[in-house]
Amino acid sequence: MTSPRAPVRILVCVKQVIDPETPLSAFKVDPATKRVLAAPGVPPVVNGFDENAVEAALRLKDTVGAEVTVLSVGQGFIMDVMKKPLSMGADRLVLAQDPSFQDLDPFATAYILSLAVRKSGAFDLVLCGRQASDWDNAQVPLVLAELLGLPCVTVAQKLELAGKGLVVQRALPDGYEVVEAPLPALVSVSNELGEPRYPTLRGIMAAGKKTPVTWTAADLGVDLARLAPKLRVLDLFAPPREKQCEFVAGENEADAGRLLALKLREDKLI
Amino acid sequence: MTDMNAETVVLGDLADGRLSGATAELIALGRKLGGPVAVAFAGVGLESAASEALAAGADKAYLLNSPVLAELQTDALVAAFEQLCKHSSPAVVLVAKTPMGRDVGPRLATRLGVGLAQDCVDLRRDSSGTLIATRPVYGGNALAALAFSDARPSIVVVRGKVYPPLAPDPARKGEIVRFEPKLDPSAVKARTVQFVRREAAGVRLEDAAVVVSGGRGLGGPEPFGMLKELAGLLDGAVGASRAACDAGWIDHSYQVGLTGKTITPNVYITVGISGASQHMAGCSGAKNIVAINKDANANIFKEARYGVVGDWKKVLPSFIEAVRELVKS
Ligand SMILES: Cc1cc2nc3c(=O)[nH]c(=O)nc-3n(C[C@H](O)[C@H](O)[C@H](O)COP(=O)(O)OP(=O)(O)OC[C@H]3O[C@@H](n4cnc5c(N)ncnc54)[C@H](O)[C@@H]3O)c2cc1C
Repeated sequence: MTSPRAPVRILVCVKQVIDPETPLSAFKVDPATKRVLAAPGVPPVVNGFDENAVEAALRLKDTVGAEVTVLSVGQGFIMDVMKKPLSMGADRLVLAQDPSFQDLDPFATAYILSLAVRKSGAFDLVLCGRQASDWDNAQVPLVLAELLGLPCVTVAQKLELAGKGLVVQRALPDGYEVVEAPLPALVSVSNELGEPRYPTLRGIMAAGKKTPVTWTAADLGVDLARLAPKLRVLDLFAPPREKQCEFVAGENEADAGRLLALKLREDKLI
Repeated sequence: MTDMNAETVVLGDLADGRLSGATAELIALGRKLGGPVAVAFAGVGLESAASEALAAGADKAYLLNSPVLAELQTDALVAAFEQLCKHSSPAVVLVAKTPMGRDVGPRLATRLGVGLAQDCVDLRRDSSGTLIATRPVYGGNALAALAFSDARPSIVVVRGKVYPPLAPDPARKGEIVRFEPKLDPSAVKARTVQFVRREAAGVRLEDAAVVVSGGRGLGGPEPFGMLKELAGLLDGAVGASRAACDAGWIDHSYQVGLTGKTITPNVYITVGISGASQHMAGCSGAKNIVAINKDANANIFKEARYGVVGDWKKVLPSFIEAVRELVKS
């Protein structure tokens, strides 16, 4: 099948997050600021589902041709981290960064993204990860689609261009649904799409030579009053874990398996 | 000021033509909050679900009817619920964390210009009437308590299986109100054209009293055969960690966790699963966790009642054999 208008112009929204693989023992909350503290020596990462979204964009680039621009909103960006989508094969990186872009709620983030999307010119497709691994809100894609007036499909496991639109498989707990939408559209991508590709050496070299475009709140015409969070964080704390595990051991591992079964029976669990 | 007489509206959902369990849970939560509880259903042929909702504890059922709602496309539902909220200005809107609710909630909040708390596990009012939602963040490593403002409505997406439904009382009386939203067919931009189901045979994972799950430690797809055998002996279901699903060893419909299924079995047996917070988010309601893992420091042992530190290749066969003998006797 031929593509409607090659190359497809794709914007991928990504977020820099604290590494979700940080060992639990290093997970710390600062009660005063009500923020999670990054563990010392553990650098942030590009949110995993956003990498799946980058992968989805690059698959379209491979098959039908696409121009892939990566967009991020925040502050305190680590360039080595944020350049990863470029080294995977994206063409351009736009960072909307401003000291006021801190502790943003999903509505504020989506508002800034909507301004950045409009400023970046004509596009066919906006991709996001299904949710960010810090606050797990899964809201930005939906709010952004509303603000831009775009059709929205979430939790995609597969997407294809067909005619003038998109055909998306949306992952469901027991299977999937097939959703059709006209372009331009917004799609949020899930891990069922498949592993994001590793950056190649050539990709890393090419990314090193690229300079991201940076836009401030003033460049974007952000109305700072719209950045106030809609909900107030009263408290943020690590939940208590108080379970006591009873370890079952035997003469050897096989014996331990047998004793475990007896234990569960004794406790009427099986 | 919070008006205690303002309604809580539950966005209702059907399962096989009947009131869904998720909706019944939200009705129970609405009752706990105090004030009248209404359930809003969209589509056609909703009368019997409406009476089930009243029996489950609702005071009122809104039946939203329009030809544009016939296919229950998300775009149409968002527009219909938006009109209902503007018409009846509820204090609180409760939404289930289902594939539909997860999409409708944030879009509705955007259109109404109000706040939304996602994936909540607790909801209450403080002494001044402020609504406070508690929800896991960072995959469950932390809990956040969030206060709503007075903007109406407060929209709350609620995690499943947190609030048990009330016992149905068929004698309960309530009001049935018909509401006809004005919907333009062109409002439906994205359209679901097909559902493809992949349901495992046997006991449903979400309903099973015993679940046996495998993780990356299994090393491949074959050992899931042993887990199926064990689950079969215990009338249970098989589950998996995301790592096992991502590796392609088992379909994603078996995934337990934050982005998979929420399960609340009496016994949850995990094999080769480390117990990452995002996995535990889907099984923290399990009453008894049993873990087989070769790493004594694995997080799963901090959540487990019983554990065996060892290689599953050695532990599991004798465990299964002993279980086979015990369930016979
Ligand atoms: C936003 C987000 C959402 C997520 N959602 C989910 C989700 O819904 N569900 C989910 O499960 N995960 C989810 N994850 C992933 C999660 O963080 C973990 O990466 C995942 O759960 C790890 O799976 P695992 O325990 O099978 O693998 P690992 O963490 O690699 O653990 C494997 C375990 O097997 C043990 N093992 C190895 N060999 C043996 C042996 N021979 N015998 C016995 N034990 C052995 C090891 O000691 C280890 O503890 C999510 C992550 C993010 C960031």
